[in-house]
Amino acid sequence: MVAASTLKTFSVTLRVWRQAGPAATGAFVDYPAKDISPDMSFLEMLDVVNDELTAKGIEPIAFAHDCREGICGTCSCTINGKPHGPGKGIATCQTYMRSFNDGDTIVVEPFRARAFPVVKDLVTDRAAFDKIQQSGGFITARAGSAPDANALPIPKGDADLAMDAAQCIGCGACVAACKNASAMLFVSAKVGHLGLLPQGQAERDRRVLAMVNTMDTLGFGSCTNQYECSAACPKLISHDFIARMNRDYLTASLRSAFKPAPANTGGGAA
Amino acid sequence: MATLDSKIPSGPLAEKWRKHKTEIKLVNPANKRKYEVIVVGAGLAGSSAASSLADLGYKVKCFVFHDSPRRAHSIAAQGGINAAKNYQNDGDSVHRLFYDTLKGGDYRAREANVHRLAEVSVNIIDQCVAQGVPFAREYGGLLANRSFGGAQVSRTFYARGQTGQQLLLGAYSALSRMVGAGAVDLHTNSEMLDLVVVGGQAKGVIIRNLVTGEITRHSADAVILATGGYGNVFNLSTYARGSNATAIWRAYKRGACMANPCYTQIHPTCIPVSGDYQSKLTLMSESLRNDGRIWAPKKAGDTRAPAAIPESERDYYLERLYPSFGNLAPRDIASRAAKRVCDEGRGVGSTGLGVYLDFADAIKRLGEPAVRERYGNLFDIYHEITAESAYKAPMRIYPAVHYTMGGLWVDYNLMSNIPGLFVLGEANFSDHGANRLGASALMQGLADGYFVIPYTIGDYLAGQKPGSRPAAEAPEFQQAEANVRGQTTRFLATKGKQPVSHFHKKLGKIMWDRCGMARTKAGLEAALQEIPALREEFNASVNVPGSADTLNQSLEQAGRVADFLDLGELMCRDALTREESCGGHFREEHQYPDGECKRDDEKFGHVAAWEYQGEGKTPVRNTEALNYEFTKMSVRNYK
Amino acid sequence: MNLVGNLFGSSIGRKILMAVTGLVLIGFVIGHLVGNLQVFSHPDKLNGYAHFLQSLGPVLWVARISLLIAVAIHIWAATVLTLESKRARGAQAYGVKTWIQATLASRYMRWTGYVVLAFILYHLAHFTLGTAQSSTYKATLPAYKMAHDYHVLGFTVVPAGTEVLDVHSMVILGFQPPLVAGFYLLAVTLLSLHLLHGMDSLFQTLGWRNSRWSQSLRSVVILACLAYFAGNVAIPGAVLTGKLSPESAAKSAPAAHH
Repeated sequence: MVAASTLKTFSVTLRVWRQAGPAATGAFVDYPAKDISPDMSFLEMLDVVNDELTAKGIEPIAFAHDCREGICGTCSCTINGKPHGPGKGIATCQTYMRSFNDGDTIVVEPFRARAFPVVKDLVTDRAAFDKIQQSGGFITARAGSAPDANALPIPKGDADLAMDAAQCIGCGACVAACKNASAMLFVSAKVGHLGLLPQGQAERDRRVLAMVNTMDTLGFGSCTNQYECSAACPKLISHDFIARMNRDYLTASLRSAFKPAPANTGGGAA
Repeated sequence: MATLDSKIPSGPLAEKWRKHKTEIKLVNPANKRKYEVIVVGAGLAGSSAASSLADLGYKVKCFVFHDSPRRAHSIAAQGGINAAKNYQNDGDSVHRLFYDTLKGGDYRAREANVHRLAEVSVNIIDQCVAQGVPFAREYGGLLANRSFGGAQVSRTFYARGQTGQQLLLGAYSALSRMVGAGAVDLHTNSEMLDLVVVGGQAKGVIIRNLVTGEITRHSADAVILATGGYGNVFNLSTYARGSNATAIWRAYKRGACMANPCYTQIHPTCIPVSGDYQSKLTLMSESLRNDGRIWAPKKAGDTRAPAAIPESERDYYLERLYPSFGNLAPRDIASRAAKRVCDEGRGVGSTGLGVYLDFADAIKRLGEPAVRERYGNLFDIYHEITAESAYKAPMRIYPAVHYTMGGLWVDYNLMSNIPGLFVLGEANFSDHGANRLGASALMQGLADGYFVIPYTIGDYLAGQKPGSRPAAEAPEFQQAEANVRGQTTRFLATKGKQPVSHFHKKLGKIMWDRCGMARTKAGLEAALQEIPALREEFNASVNVPGSADTLNQSLEQAGRVADFLDLGELMCRDALTREESCGGHFREEHQYPDGECKRDDEKFGHVAAWEYQGEGKTPVRNTEALNYEFTKMSVRNYK
Repeated sequence: MNLVGNLFGSSIGRKILMAVTGLVLIGFVIGHLVGNLQVFSHPDKLNGYAHFLQSLGPVLWVARISLLIAVAIHIWAATVLTLESKRARGAQAYGVKTWIQATLASRYMRWTGYVVLAFILYHLAHFTLGTAQSSTYKATLPAYKMAHDYHVLGFTVVPAGTEVLDVHSMVILGFQPPLVAGFYLLAVTLLSLHLLHGMDSLFQTLGWRNSRWSQSLRSVVILACLAYFAGNVAIPGAVLTGKLSPESAAKSAPAAHH
């Protein structure tokens, strides 16, 4: 059955943030988007508008995108004040034009946060997330040194919960949605995923202390428990992981305070 | 003519890899830090290679065009990863996985490579679990498996519908650890635009920073390309929009041979195209065919709603044509059957390019809740995209380009015919022959990165004097940089009428019509006229606005489409020359009466590796014979 | 890494400090309310209770200083976190920003906090220091003579006949000006809202909340805040409506007048 909506097209006005570069001042510019099919994805609509701009000699709108199926975490617009647009549990690339009406003015902005500087137009630099990961978002396991995969049974509930956290696509919508530009949901998803698994225990304290420290250093804000992050998350990752990370952080701080200091001797080679 | 020495070790099949590992040269641990290795790409193959090599002590520079190394399209793989663990006690073994993969590839892959892949598959699962990949588990806490892609054993490990994403995050975490430790120098937003060959060996790359436009030279002792497949030559595919062939194509232009470019995999169950604006085709998991029935109206041009078409006027064509496999017929067969139905004018939907995948019977048999439990998330995705409910009306599906088996030619060590240039993952041609089995792409990417390259690169580097890599001021680097700058300037100076997307769409249409699911001599010959004409038009009238010293997505895309235009032509040339049908390459002239691929092992039991001869010149077709020592090439029959 | 450094130096640490000090303050305001509800009973009760607290001496001061420290840390952490978060948001504000699901209480924590702080200062000036409304301050009112013994845990702590400060009258008289009662009502309303988000939040911050029971937690918090609100409204409400007046107090205490 072909949906009736495919037959008629409509027009909207795009109010897009244009910014030539990281240091430039940006501003909203209005562009008409005509003959839009309701079956177009939001990004396809931007493609069409961009081709029209190119034809007119105007530089097209820069926007981040890649897989266009909601899994790579590249796309990142704030649409009408909500990261990834009106849908729940989907990314911008999975937003379809049928979510809008003829004559609408759609305000499109980049994800905003001090830790995510604008690169150009709607593109932001989210390298801060990579830096957080590099400071501890891993389990040290050299290739070739792993024991048999079934040597370590993991309760299904734990594995499933770890998977819930691991679904994070690293898009940054949580930061963009949070009034404090906090990265707590992102960091806690990683800390939760690895901390729930037995393999992750050896580095558990170290990981949470290091990742939170990096998060703070990079200039993200703190959590005021409003849960806008989990509501904006395209994977609907639960803020339960934030609670879990808070507890982990406190426990790790307590444990580190009462751990005996390591002796200052070298290895056994003396 | 390039010499194609596959360097397959001698000895019994199951002993080759072990023997090879003990015989190849090693690099002294103290010397490892004196070697610098460039890794281009950070998908499964690139991330795993970069982190493993850094862990060994090599100095690694990793370049990725994405804004983060976690974005590569490996993430999109849904189904799972195969491994010969035999945890299910159902008779799986390394040999069986080897045999299935070789047969699935329609006997067009190297025996030794495939066997090695099956051997290391077991280590991959161990490695990934140790890294914290949250694979699905049973209540007892052990790993769960499922049967996938028609395999007779359950050997597929999975993490919900996100196996690729989870495996990539595992590799990414390993890479992040090495970046944090200072052992990998990571460059994001960095696209490789040329390979630098010095004295016949790959010794560096030219990189454009996509944000600042800065062009830099990087010299190294060896270069690894892990830049994925080239399916976006078709414009519409299940690939990410950014996936491109530029790195491998520029390496091809520097002398690396391109092997079997015409081998393309087309997946039967994707959401059909809805309009000209379409940028992407979304895959619906193959598992839907377990309970869905595929049909089309019997009458051409039947525009009635599906519910209004009585049972007697429906053609369940897969069940009719392949009674024993029915709706579970292999990917290539199901894809071609859908195409035939649509060619007969019986396609459905507004474009006429689609067939129904109907769950009405399954809902009647199992009840809606059971169907929802099995496929709910897929039905949701379908609804998101089409605004149609697959519970109420059948889904519309159509085949789409999904994977490319061809790629740069590599030997057993994964080194191309240019010494020092290694190619991993989908970017190489080595393990899948003419068709890839489901859940094998992830396996190959990680096998190459974690367990093959760490051994084989040493064999090459041990022959290079430490510190002998050329300076980035060498004339070859200057020439390559000038080449890159020249191209950029040309694009910006053309100031034509059409955006880059116009040419990509046109090329995609030519490729899909002429070099898609079914190919003919006439069609391919026509394409070989149409593509050069399109290239002329592109060169004369492409419009790339903006400048070179900032983020300029049109400029990036122009370079990629220029390469696709060349690569598309080579694919058609390869398809035209390969006068047989095998796996993903189907020539209508070469088929059995029942529509099965008719191979010609006598004439085409070889790898075709194309060698660049210069602008406008016909490339040379080199061949590497596939000598099957242990397996008999037989007709691939799934009936 | 050290514990104190992490608590005071990191964002999560400061949140934990807010939660713990918040918990202390919640304990105080609830205890304070429960004690003060004795105003509805014989004047002996509130006056005896007040006299008993005053008589604790150093213990009272430990409690007072602890509360002051808790308030100071709570405010300090809130200020630092707010400033950091403002900075984190960046210089360029959104052109359009919509709330997705944040509760009303959570959005106005800072403003409810300001009003509550102003209220506390006035409240202290009013009932503890006597610098506001000094004409009805307990020290200026005639002394009250205990009619009965006042017991705590079964022990007589204030024997009958003791002359004590007349806190009971001070409370009733203090709330008679409608402006004072009005401000008080506004403040306790906002404080209840503050608690609504704060009580829920402290479980999240200390890591004791998850979706399995967050709905139940929310219900308990809402009930607790409603009860707290009702209790607090009752006192000035009763004074304003005349249900509680020096006369009614006298009626409820016939023994004292005979």
